Amino acid sequence: MRVTLKLKRFNPEVDEKQHWEEYQIDVEPNDQLLDALNKVKWFHDGTLTYRRSCAHGVCGSDAMVINGRNRLACKVLMKDLGNKVTVEPIRGLPVVKDMVVDMEPFFAKFRAMKPFLINNTPAPDGRERHQTVEDRERFDDTTKCILCACCTTSCPSFWANGEYIGPASIVQIHRFIFDTRDEATKERLEIANDAMGVWRCRTVFNCVEACPREINITKAIGEVKKAILEG
Amino acid sequence: MNYHKFDAVIVGAGGAGLMAALYASKNANVAVVSKLYPTRSHTGAAQGGIGAALANLEEDHWEWHAFDTVKGGDYLVDQDAADIMCKDAVDIVLELEHMGLPFDRTPEGKISQRPFGGHTNNITKQPVRRAAHAADRTGHMILQTLYQQCIKNDVQFFDEFQFMDLLISEGRVAGMVAYHINTGELHVFHAKAVFFATGGWGRLWNITSNAHSLTGDAPAVLLKKGLPLEDMEFFQFHPTGIYKMGILITEGVRGEGGVLINGKGERFMLKYAPTIKDLASRDVISRAIYLEIAEGRGVNGQDYVYLDVRPDVVNQYFDEDGKKNPDGTPRRITAADIDKKLPDIADFCRTYLGVDPIKDPMPIQPTAHYAMGGIPTDADARMLLDEKNTVLPGGYAAGEVACVSVHGANRLGTNSLVDLVVFGKRGGIAMAEYCNSVELPPLPENALAEVQGMVARLLANTEGIPAAKLRKAMQEVMMMNVGVFRTEALLTEALERIRELKKQFPNVYVADKGKRFNTDLLEAWELGNMLDLAEVTTLAALNRTESRGGHARDDYQQRDDENWLKHSFIWQDGDNFRFAYKPVTIGRYQPQKRVY
Repeated sequence: MRVTLKLKRFNPEVDEKQHWEEYQIDVEPNDQLLDALNKVKWFHDGTLTYRRSCAHGVCGSDAMVINGRNRLACKVLMKDLGNKVTVEPIRGLPVVKDMVVDMEPFFAKFRAMKPFLINNTPAPDGRERHQTVEDRERFDDTTKCILCACCTTSCPSFWANGEYIGPASIVQIHRFIFDTRDEATKERLEIANDAMGVWRCRTVFNCVEACPREINITKAIGEVKKAILEG
Repeated sequence: MNYHKFDAVIVGAGGAGLMAALYASKNANVAVVSKLYPTRSHTGAAQGGIGAALANLEEDHWEWHAFDTVKGGDYLVDQDAADIMCKDAVDIVLELEHMGLPFDRTPEGKISQRPFGGHTNNITKQPVRRAAHAADRTGHMILQTLYQQCIKNDVQFFDEFQFMDLLISEGRVAGMVAYHINTGELHVFHAKAVFFATGGWGRLWNITSNAHSLTGDAPAVLLKKGLPLEDMEFFQFHPTGIYKMGILITEGVRGEGGVLINGKGERFMLKYAPTIKDLASRDVISRAIYLEIAEGRGVNGQDYVYLDVRPDVVNQYFDEDGKKNPDGTPRRITAADIDKKLPDIADFCRTYLGVDPIKDPMPIQPTAHYAMGGIPTDADARMLLDEKNTVLPGGYAAGEVACVSVHGANRLGTNSLVDLVVFGKRGGIAMAEYCNSVELPPLPENALAEVQGMVARLLANTEGIPAAKLRKAMQEVMMMNVGVFRTEALLTEALERIRELKKQFPNVYVADKGKRFNTDLLEAWELGNMLDLAEVTTLAALNRTESRGGHARDDYQQRDDENWLKHSFIWQDGDNFRFAYKPVTIGRYQPQKRVY
């Protein structure tokens, strides 16, 4: 099938601002959008720039705004996009070049969440810490996060205030406070309860729509809010 | 000049690199340099599990794991290294759990384990539950957990820096050169040691489970510097890649009971591996699939077969095989179990194939998956300069890029994850000790000259061939001629073709001449690396006139222990190549015929 890709381009070495460029290419219906972008880059315009790695939706490199929605370019097929497809960089992070944004502000927030197990009780000698199947299930959904930033950069509260920790960070808080092995619930909930924390979530559900891992993020945020209220 | 001074630099931020960083940084000043953000590394794509004889669900012993590893590797495994790996695996999986890794749990709350290809009870020869797992995203959990620990321990990262050259002076490592992708600037990292943890090079083939980033940059650079590579003829084709796309479908599907079915509806592995059937080792199954297809039993006459995990089909075969739960009741699987235990696989099939694995079988074909060979190292991840185990002071490598050799001629499923955490850790410890025992060597003169010249050459052409065109030609010839089955004729043709492509490489046109995030330039550079590795892979495959593990020669169908129970080392010197051989370390297990 013949498609038109309308791509938002920006190269700070030559452009003053972002602009649209269009490319007509032939694709297979089952091609990923990433395949289509590769086709443009490899055979039409080598300057087109985007991140990609695993090409099957698990590394989180290629988050973009595709036909207005945050998606991974490798996890959406051309047949589901119609024959005119617009692609822009994710919003709310500085654009480096074309679809590449500066991810450092996003990762800085992630790091500030203390995203690691905190447990100062010595582990049983030579054995694992035990956890029931039900307790493990409690935080299963939020362990799926691949830090692609689709959720945070789809969130109107984040667009309005870049200081908001954003849904991806709250997913990390959820992952640890509901892990029975973690002993830092109190300090995690303090981070979540900050002025730039969970209360900025207005349950718009964009994050749930955007998550390529199908994490029920709004539910997770709700559970963190509830945990704060219950102390 | 952008100059950094560290005790040690780790190149690559997957499982091996992060594990090395955690341990080396306890006693040395360490930087981790990666062409990707760490969490994008391909360790995160590993699915089914990490093998360790925890014996949480049934009797198991690390020695059984070691034997399975040796047999799986068709006796080319160095058995002292396999012993270290399988013994250390138990403690290191527990260590990962202590770090916070969310393993699935048994009803008693212990780490859950599932069967995997080639992992057996050594007495009954039946599959054993050894693969510790977190759904079908075990690698994702390992990568996330190790990155979390690196954040906790303030490990210093240089994200999106492309390694381009290893610096050597006075006969030892003196640092490395990296290209900062965001700015196009070259950076010199002056260091006593460099640790390569850069993963594999599956992108040499056109059907692959590997990420776009897996282009073998480090081994190609080392080869150009006159350092050897080991066992390059051994590359694993995983039997179950999604048809035409190569995306991995974990062996865990078969661990949960999935079966392989040909176009005539037959469970063909009964013929090829009557005891262990669909859980034979990967090389055996990939060859079986090729033979079924070659004999006209692909599905609809096409070049694929089915992987079937539909509950009624699986339960039927559980009954036929007499499979029982630990409590003696007949083993059963439900649709809900599949969604619970294999959620990502179900998602991949629904997304990319429009197939629901609960209702339909999955079309699969073998996919280029894993390099058994690579940078030769000892069991402390120290790089070797020759077949006599001479060490390059300050050089380290672990994970897929390295060849210890714990995988021999064919790697067992789950052992890639075991390898990278075990040898990442051992190497990290050894490297910190080394750094504390030596002074920083001087930088070589003109440390940047080589890379500067290379970048300038790549950018110079104002017209020419797109790198993608040469890359596609290379990937196709590697798939057709240097794949699951090989012959002298196929390999000779491949070598000629690859050398033609190498001749055309200087004509590659890089359209992007800028400094900002120039992935056009990097893709061209990576192609040069892949062409070099394609050439040595083909040469090594031509050289080994026997069939062993993942290297199947149709013109030499038998394993030849008399002449070939040895590792091959290959060196490049200009246009010439040289081989040498290193004996396999045999321990408790004498080579025997390999039957599953």
